[in-house]
Amino acid sequence: MNLHEYQAKELFRRFGVAVPAGHVASTPAEAVAAAKALGGSIWVVKAQVHAGGRGKAGGVKVCKTLEDVKAATEAMLGTVLVTKQTGPEGLPVHQVYVEVGSKIKRELYLSLLLNRDRSRLAFIASADGGMDIEEVAEHTPERILRVELHPAVGLSGYQARELAFGLGLEGPQIAAFEKVMRGILAFYLAHDASLVEVNPLIVTEAGDVLALDAKINIDPNAVYRQPDVAQYRDTTQEDAREVEASKHDLNYVSLDGDIACMVNGAGLAMATMDLIKLHGGSPANFLDVGGGATKERVTAAFQLILSNPNVKAILVNIFGGIVRCDIIAEGIIAAVKTVGVEVPVIVRLEGTNAELARAQLAASGLAITPASDLTDAATKAVSLAAGH
Amino acid sequence: MSILLSKKSRIIVQGFTGKQGTFHSEQCIAYGSQLVGGVTPGRGGQTHLGLPVFNTAHDAVKATGADVSMIYVPAAGAADAILEAADAGIKLIVCITEGIPVNDMIRVKEALKGYDARLVGPNCPGVITPGEAKVGIMPGFIHKPGKIGIVSRSGTLTYEAVFQTTRLGLGQTTCVGIGGDPVRGLNFVDVLALFEADPKTEGIIMVGEIGGSDEEAGAEYIRKHVTKPVVAYIAGVTAPPGKRMGHAGAVIAGGKGTAADKFAALEAAGVTTVHSPAELGSAMVKLLAARKAKAKAKRAKAKAKPKAKPKASIAVQSKSKAKAKVSSAKAKAATKVSAKTKTKTKTKATAKAKAKVKPVVKAQKRPAQKAARRGR
Repeated sequence: MNLHEYQAKELFRRFGVAVPAGHVASTPAEAVAAAKALGGSIWVVKAQVHAGGRGKAGGVKVCKTLEDVKAATEAMLGTVLVTKQTGPEGLPVHQVYVEVGSKIKRELYLSLLLNRDRSRLAFIASADGGMDIEEVAEHTPERILRVELHPAVGLSGYQARELAFGLGLEGPQIAAFEKVMRGILAFYLAHDASLVEVNPLIVTEAGDVLALDAKINIDPNAVYRQPDVAQYRDTTQEDAREVEASKHDLNYVSLDGDIACMVNGAGLAMATMDLIKLHGGSPANFLDVGGGATKERVTAAFQLILSNPNVKAILVNIFGGIVRCDIIAEGIIAAVKTVGVEVPVIVRLEGTNAELARAQLAASGLAITPASDLTDAATKAVSLAAGH
Repeated sequence: MSILLSKKSRIIVQGFTGKQGTFHSEQCIAYGSQLVGGVTPGRGGQTHLGLPVFNTAHDAVKATGADVSMIYVPAAGAADAILEAADAGIKLIVCITEGIPVNDMIRVKEALKGYDARLVGPNCPGVITPGEAKVGIMPGFIHKPGKIGIVSRSGTLTYEAVFQTTRLGLGQTTCVGIGGDPVRGLNFVDVLALFEADPKTEGIIMVGEIGGSDEEAGAEYIRKHVTKPVVAYIAGVTAPPGKRMGHAGAVIAGGKGTAADKFAALEAAGVTTVHSPAELGSAMVKLLAARKAKAKAKRAKAKAKPKAKPKASIAVQSKSKAKAKVSSAKAKAATKVSAKTKTKTKTKATAKAKAKVKPVVKAQKRPAQKAARRGR
């Protein structure tokens, strides 16, 4: 689950991470009022979308008058912002964040995330803030600093100092930087984050250390125990079909191909997509219907798949383990009848009661193409999609 | 032989009386697993499925002498259940539960370092030693006792590998689903080491997926330490970056953890990779046959030239040493197979590597063996 910048900054303030003053606004009038309340003579209006790269896409405007604030807000609200990270479809802008302008002396990078290889959290820092950190890591890995946190100890003072000195901070900035790190860690643990990224973390001309931007991901496994943060979910920033899928407990990811898949198990679902590609086709989605593929779930899955107009064929790939294939076949038959599927449906069922299931599908009188194995299923799906 | 689990394993179930725990416990008992009891706090003293229920894992271990625990406790309490099992002295903890918060698992993983316990999972199908015992949710009937060790991050994809190796008559020694979470107990490296040391396991099938770099670590381990043939598949070539593909751990983050990187690492380590999961079983059959043929040819050659290696010295060698020799011969045999099964460019690369290796083979024996392993 992702948070907006304004939500992240709200949380940062609560945990003692310094951020510039700012307010969120949903209308131009609110934006102007926010700017007035903030005072000063320079404001930054930032489009609130779940993606980075806003600056280059016109989603961040520096304004010197209240008229400018109004105009910038009007230009952003209600539009779809396309950045390097959103894909061509972009994300809708429903809110802007109005912030006081900061006099930036230095731009740094700081993030906290899981180091999977070591099963520990790690702070990553770089003096090259404001840049794409992956590129920094690739081209100048020596400019990436990191410290790893022992789960029982958390952040040690020496680790904070190591990064602070490594970044070339001096004087009171060092303590300010450590405070930022401690705040981020406290937030991360208290709210089950899976990523906190501040890019840039700035040093102002006055010597303050402030989080100018903030990207926060929350561990989806822990959302159940984070009711405060769960309220922040903004489904307008998510793929509509993925939102719909989550309501039915289905794991769905939209892709840009034309062969839809419906599979039980995440690994097998990925493998099915790969098989389609291997045989010259292109998958329209990832869809794991899970272990208990009941009639209701299968029906919901078919409806979801068919809401994508690009779909030219559906490949159902089920390995019935504990779940019996004949029950799944009943689900497929019922779903195809209810939903009214007009594209070819290729079904490969293997495992418990597979033969009975195949007989049921054959006897159903529906235009379902049976497949004998994985390769057969993928080949048939690709050729039928091409012909449709 | 097998790894981790046998018919002697004494198994308790945490989350025994819940819906999932009940259903899968019944299945495990039907398969022949030696379940000796279960834990559900507050229901101690009762009987469930004909077995005693205990309030705590400590009570259960004390009363039953259990050494394995299978966990179905819901996500909110599963991390606690893992620690309870370890503290009670359980040696193998298999956590089936999906959806445990990652921050909980970071602490659990660290805390487990103080115990003599192995954790499999969480978010996994479990462990099965066909014909002996199953601890998990996999369908028992697709398995067959045999000679292939299977280790995988995915559930149903493991079943595909199992199904194929059963159909082809290879069977399995043990199958371990290590789970799809980013922080977990046993990893590829740990299970590969167990299979390498298991005399019954003749070949290893490894099924990975996008996210993290555990497959890369496994590849490095294979290059250095594994003499048995390995066939590997990685799911997620078509997965878009930044999206969580069902499993919490299956996500390409910051350009890291792609299927392409993992395939490349495995191929560089000499592993036979397949780009279709439908070929896992057949690739293993080929690999084993080629090794056998090569070992036979080598034995024939050794017989034909008795001067090269005096028979007497072989005769006095210990069994294990003789075996080591055979396996190194096997390793060399496999070099050819992998070269054949790979794409053109890879064949060239392997051929190049071979060409480079050759002069070394003549000059020194030990590096040559290492190189042969690498070439596999």
